Amino acid sequence: MRDFIKQYSKNKSAVVGVIIVIVLLIFAIFAPWIASHLPYEQSLADRLLPPMWEEGGVSAHLLGTDEFGRDMFTRIIYGARISLMVGAVSVGVSLTFGLVMGLMAGFYGGKVDLFIMRIVDIMLSIPAILLAIVIVSILGPSLINAMIAIGIVGIPTYARVVRASVLSEREKEYVIASRINGSSNTRLMFKVILPNAATPIIVQSTMGFASAVLEAAGLSFLGLGAQPPTPEWGAMLSDSLQFIMTAPWMIFYPGLAIFFTVLGFNLMGDGLMDVLDPKLKDK
Amino acid sequence: MFSYILKRLLWTIPTLFGVTLMVFSMVHLAPGDPAVALLGDKANKQSIADLREQLGLDKPIHEQYFIYMKNISKGDFGKSANSNEPVLTEFMDRFPATIELASIAMILATIFGVLAGIISAIKRYSIFDYASMFGALAGVSMPVFWLGLVLIYFFSVKLGVLPVSGRLGYEFDIDHITGFYLIDSLLVKDYEAFWDALKHLVLPAIALGTIPMAIIARMTRSSMIEVMKEEYIKTARAKGCSRFQVVAIHALRNALIPVVTIIGLMFGSLFAGSILTETTFSWPGIGKWLVNAVYQRDFPVIQSATLLIAMIFISINLIVDLLYAVINPKIRLS
Repeated sequence: MRDFIKQYSKNKSAVVGVIIVIVLLIFAIFAPWIASHLPYEQSLADRLLPPMWEEGGVSAHLLGTDEFGRDMFTRIIYGARISLMVGAVSVGVSLTFGLVMGLMAGFYGGKVDLFIMRIVDIMLSIPAILLAIVIVSILGPSLINAMIAIGIVGIPTYARVVRASVLSEREKEYVIASRINGSSNTRLMFKVILPNAATPIIVQSTMGFASAVLEAAGLSFLGLGAQPPTPEWGAMLSDSLQFIMTAPWMIFYPGLAIFFTVLGFNLMGDGLMDVLDPKLKDK
Repeated sequence: MFSYILKRLLWTIPTLFGVTLMVFSMVHLAPGDPAVALLGDKANKQSIADLREQLGLDKPIHEQYFIYMKNISKGDFGKSANSNEPVLTEFMDRFPATIELASIAMILATIFGVLAGIISAIKRYSIFDYASMFGALAGVSMPVFWLGLVLIYFFSVKLGVLPVSGRLGYEFDIDHITGFYLIDSLLVKDYEAFWDALKHLVLPAIALGTIPMAIIARMTRSSMIEVMKEEYIKTARAKGCSRFQVVAIHALRNALIPVVTIIGLMFGSLFAGSILTETTFSWPGIGKWLVNAVYQRDFPVIQSATLLIAMIFISINLIVDLLYAVINPKIRLS
């Protein structure tokens, strides 16, 4: 573990990634203490105030207010909770199904592999965001349905990564030894192979977290994810378009929040890839 | 190589078949009655029953799928529930707008991505390398719709040099010959309209091209670095080739093989990316059309548009794979 930290901290951009993610976690956990207001608190007298440092800004509203006089800083801080939840739930869905499918395809091979990989190919032949939109349009627009849709859309990628990883381990001696010792197939898959095949899966999950946050913000921007007045960053941007002339701060800060969150997880994933499996890099 | 091409072609059929089955069952097995969704909760029973019959929803599901497939094979993708126009006609009306945007975005992404990748690879670990690779990572993390909004703010609202949205100013009216405004305006020699159409393209193309550019830059860099280590590069150097000759003639040709593949594959996914970009810039293409269909719960459009986009996506991937086989001697000669 100490080796791991030592090697990881050599990579400066990876460290930046971890710092961003930690800050995000602090925002999410301590939102009520960090935020200056409540996320849904309206004050029509204070509507469309610019950030504190601009002319007309007030110190009570650090990043200004929106069209209902809600505090932008507060809503962005609370938005961290939603984005982290979206990432965790979506990656959870993708990983659970992708893991089972990939393990079975890689472990059993033959017809099982062919069948599962055909499903994966078919899912991959529809672009991700399009498939997510179709799923949401059927389930109905809401944050929870957006998370499910993004989770489903991610399944094939995870299944492929897990399968490739299992294939490279399947014929190794420790697996054969365990099989001779009488391990059941389930034990071989989950207890013997999986821990040894975990590296690419961890990297994929970190990167997948980033793309899940990005896709969810996109769906909410289109009005198909989180619904107003939820303080979700993408949904906040969707409201902001009509105020581009008068209140540009409503555009900048929610977008920056999405950007830094996604960047943080991408940098972290890149760093993990460097340390855990340098061979994966540049592929 | 022939057997590879044949195999690749044959695999496309079950994939296409699977996509139709998946899209069809998603739309039809979804909770709720599409007829009720179209007419609203307050519609009377008779009109719902009539619409169900008209849409063929009263038949068993496998029969509906069979009819749907039969119609598709005849080029009949159904009618929009809102406009009552054939879905294919509506699709083809908007298709050139999306292609035009995606092509310009891809050209920008390729030129700047490949250049940045080459320079980064030759000047490895220089400031340029770090900057462009950080830029590439930032590009991948960028929400395109936000980038679009920021571009609109700076170039349209603040500087007022580029238009906010749409494909062409209201004062222009050009004939739809090809549907590509850049080409159409040149064909009728309306240079002012051409200039206006080009100005409308700049911002959405930058927004849409950012992610592909970032990916192309990273890919070019790593591919160039790999190739520069090869023995034949050493040979070329030993022969006395200049640095430019080594890079441009010997290295680049081989390094670009995987890059060409990724460019091709990304062109397909640009169609999907255009959904967000088109919404931000009110670009009248298939992305915006699809999103409107989702708002209006126009399921015939959602179903067929998804299928059409998937078909284009699959075809592009197929062409890229076949081209890859042709340009890559390792496959070509096997």
